Order: sequence, then C-alpha cells, then structure tokens
Amino acid sequence: MADAKIRIRDLHKSFGPKQVLRGIDLDVERGESLVVIGGSGSGKSVLLKHVIGLLTPDRGTVEIDGVDVHSLGNRELVDFRRRFGMAFQEGALFDSMTVRGNVAFPLVRQTDLSRQEIDARVDECLSMVKLEGISEKLPSQLSGGMRRRVGFARAIALEPEIVLFDEPTTGLDPVTTAQIDDVIREMLDGVDSTAITITHDMQSAFRIADRIGMLYGGKIIALAPPEEFRRLDDARVQQFIRGDASGPLSELGAAG
Amino acid sequence: MTAAGKSAAPEPSTEPAPEAPDEGGFRLPAPFESFFQEVGRFFLLLGRTLAWTPRPPYDWRALLRQMVKVGVESIPVIVLTAMFTGAVMALQTFTTLRRFHAESYVGSLVALSMVRELSSVLGGLIVAGRSGSAMGAELGTMRVTEQIDALEVMATDPVHYLIVPRVWATTLMLPALVMLGNALGILGGYLVSVVLMGANPVAYTENTFQFMDLNDVFSGLIKAAVFGFLIAMIGCQKGYYTTGGAEGVGRSTTRAVVTASIAILISDFFLTKLLF
Repeated sequence: MADAKIRIRDLHKSFGPKQVLRGIDLDVERGESLVVIGGSGSGKSVLLKHVIGLLTPDRGTVEIDGVDVHSLGNRELVDFRRRFGMAFQEGALFDSMTVRGNVAFPLVRQTDLSRQEIDARVDECLSMVKLEGISEKLPSQLSGGMRRRVGFARAIALEPEIVLFDEPTTGLDPVTTAQIDDVIREMLDGVDSTAITITHDMQSAFRIADRIGMLYGGKIIALAPPEEFRRLDDARVQQFIRGDASGPLSELGAAG
Repeated sequence: MTAAGKSAAPEPSTEPAPEAPDEGGFRLPAPFESFFQEVGRFFLLLGRTLAWTPRPPYDWRALLRQMVKVGVESIPVIVLTAMFTGAVMALQTFTTLRRFHAESYVGSLVALSMVRELSSVLGGLIVAGRSGSAMGAELGTMRVTEQIDALEVMATDPVHYLIVPRVWATTLMLPALVMLGNALGILGGYLVSVVLMGANPVAYTENTFQFMDLNDVFSGLIKAAVFGFLIAMIGCQKGYYTTGGAEGVGRSTTRAVVTASIAILISDFFLTKLLF
C-alpha cells in the first residue's frame, strides 16, 4: 500500500445532475497491469481522464508517487504528463499526419532528439506493436485494429512510467482483439510500466490484467487478481463475466 | 472496497436528477444561460489565445499552412465576388445617376463603397463561410474523436497548437484578400462603365481616385483584420467546445458561420462609427 504508484481516494465527479463517480478508492502498484471493467457509461473513461488530469474532480484526490495531480499548475502538469502515455479508444490519431508523424509527435514536441534518433525510435515503437512498413500511410488508410496499434506506439514513444488504455479492443473482431491483447501484454513486459486499462471485454481483461477491478454505480465494487476475480461471490460480477441479460446489473437500470 | 456497493448502487440511475445543479440558487432561463456561456467561453478562449501567442515554440509552418488555406485558396471566390459587386454597383448607379446628369461620379461612388465598406464585409462573410466553417468542423471532429485530448496528453496545448495559428493567419490574410477585392471591384466598375455604358476611360479613372484618400483604404483594412480575428476565434471556439458526435460537429459548423456573420455585421457598424 505504501508503495502504490497511483493512489485514488474518495474520487467524486458529476456532470450536471448526473453523478458519474461516487467515491472511488483505488491503488495501483508499481509495474502492475490493472484492468477496470464496467458497463457502458459506468464512468470508466471519466476515471481514466482524472488520472491524467484531463478532468478535475468535484471531490477527492489522485496521487501519482505521492503528488496530487489536481494540485499542479499548468506548467507542472505539462511536465507531469511526460510520464504518461495514453492510448485512446479509436486511436485518436491526427488524421492530417502520416503514421510516422503521429508516432513521432510526442518525440518532436517533448524531446531534443535529432531527426535520425526520432526516426529510429518510431521504427522501434512500430515494431513493438507489430506494424512495420506502414509508416508513410495516413490513418484513414488503416484498419481499426491497426489504428489502435499506432495509437499504442504513440503512447509508448516516450517510454512512459504509466500507460493508460481506453477501451483498446472495443468494436474489434475476436481474433484482432486477441492480437491486440498480446501486443499490450508484450509491450508492458517490455517497457516495465504501470498500466491501467479500461474495457468491457472480459476475455481481454483476463488476458491483460494482473488485477481486475469492477466499476459500478460510481464505485469500485470488486478488485482481485484474474483467477480470484472469476470466482468472486458477487452476483453483479458473475453477471458481467457471463454476460447475462438479466441479473442484478440489469434490474438497477444500468443496462444503457 | 469490495463490499461497499450494494447500498450506494441503487441510487445513481434512479433519482439523482433534480438535486445536483440548483442548490436553491438563482438560475437564468436556458437561452440566456447558454448565451452567457458562449460569451464566457469566447473571452476565456480569447485570453488563452493571446496568452499563448508570444510563447515559443513558434510554429511558423502551421501559420503558413493556415495562411495558404484561408488566404490563397480563397482568392478565386474573392475575385469573382469583388468583380461582380463592382460591376453591379456601376450598373445600378450609372442608370440612377444619369437621371441627375451625375454619371461622372460613378467612379468615385464605386471605389469608395468598395474600399470603405463592401470589400471588407463581403470578404469577411465569404471567409466566414469558407474558413470559419472549416475551423468549426475540423476542431469539432478533433474534439469528438479525442484528438484534442490526445494533444493535451502529449503535453501540447491545443490552443497554442491549433487556435493560435488559425487566428493570426486569418487576421493577416483577410486584409490581403480585401486589398485584392478593392482592386478588382474598382476594375469591375470600370469595365461596366467604360465598355458597357460608354463612359470616358480617362475621366472615369481620374474620377475614381479623385475623392479617395489613404484613410479610406486603411479603415477598410483595419475592419478586415478585426473581422478575420473574429471569424477565426468564433470558428475555433465552436469547434473546440463541440459535444455530441457527428451531429455536434454539424451544429458547430453551422454556428461558426452564423455567429461569425452576425459578429461581422454588428462589429461593422461600431467600427464604421469609430473609424470614420
């Protein structure tokens, strides 16, 4: 507990009348891969955006190595974000730039590396996500799975301490999903970062996670390593794992 | 952590709606609230744009690219608009002024109207339709596809990276377009008067520049710069604050054009009052 890389305490967030987070408490250990699962609209993305300081909480704190993210000024926040890599849902690639331009973007903006060094690092990152020979293509020429992997490459370009994955496999076919999971797993083993992944794909969660947490009703209702998580005696967790249409999750009107 | 859920869980989706935002306070009717919200956002973004402008790194290539997009690519439509506006003005005023035997003033009338008023307002409206809408759509798409979040995450301020070059490119290029419009409007008037109406070319040319002074030209260009600034600020604002997917992008695009056009027409009145 004392050595937690990321420590979230009593995190609350509302959008207008809608209370999305209602007191999240969560620790992520150094080097761990934590997966947060939850239904659509359960506030998973909102949680992630608090960790990286894109959203400000109504109440509660997010600490990285003991530093409160939301107490940082603009300048400090810029430095602070250098330690992060974030892979967005659909990749969020800049569609006016080639794949190379996209992956090089954080390197160009945030380091003093020479052109050759940047090119070398871009190639290295692209090979880590198993995408060679496409660096001169535009994002619109790539498939959904490829776009996401380019997004991963961009996220790890600066060798961040913490990598955040926002629904890395949503909307992909099962085979591509499995490939993406492998890529994530290999990447994390390779760069030795702390990772938070949010997803609603249980298969993926079991493959990527060191620990799985379930977000429901604005709180973390379960948190355990994958094997233990699978056996948890909580009707909501079991319904989510099995993907049943009826059960405690659906009764409470959380189906949307 | 594990067992905390059951008691809290049933509440969220059932009945939180009425309690949160009001807190017993005074609330404006919705249209006013959204009006003040938009105005507030405008000045917020304006402040950030001005604050980021002097800060390095200076992205000259982005500025240049925007100048080409806003300026160079608008040339054909500005050429057409200005020529025909000048031509129509000459046509209209020639037939009217002939009744008073004052047709020798057509040249001055066309030139002064173009330089002081029409070039900048028409140029502004065209650029609002071409570039203001493009900015709304482009930034709006970047917002809904999380590209703006991605910029922020990669330690790049989106205002600095996206809005600053667009705003200054438009502020610089609109006066240039208006200058071109001035020349072509006058040319359009000349062609109609001389070729179609049989005015004396020498007398017409002399008359064109007889009453014009540099102040007329400058005030038109100042107006154009202000319009350019407003168009880009408004277009970027609408795009930057887009919500709601593809539909939201469409809404932002429309609003960018409508708001910018209204801003041009209203500020034109006050600028005219101030400058002349």
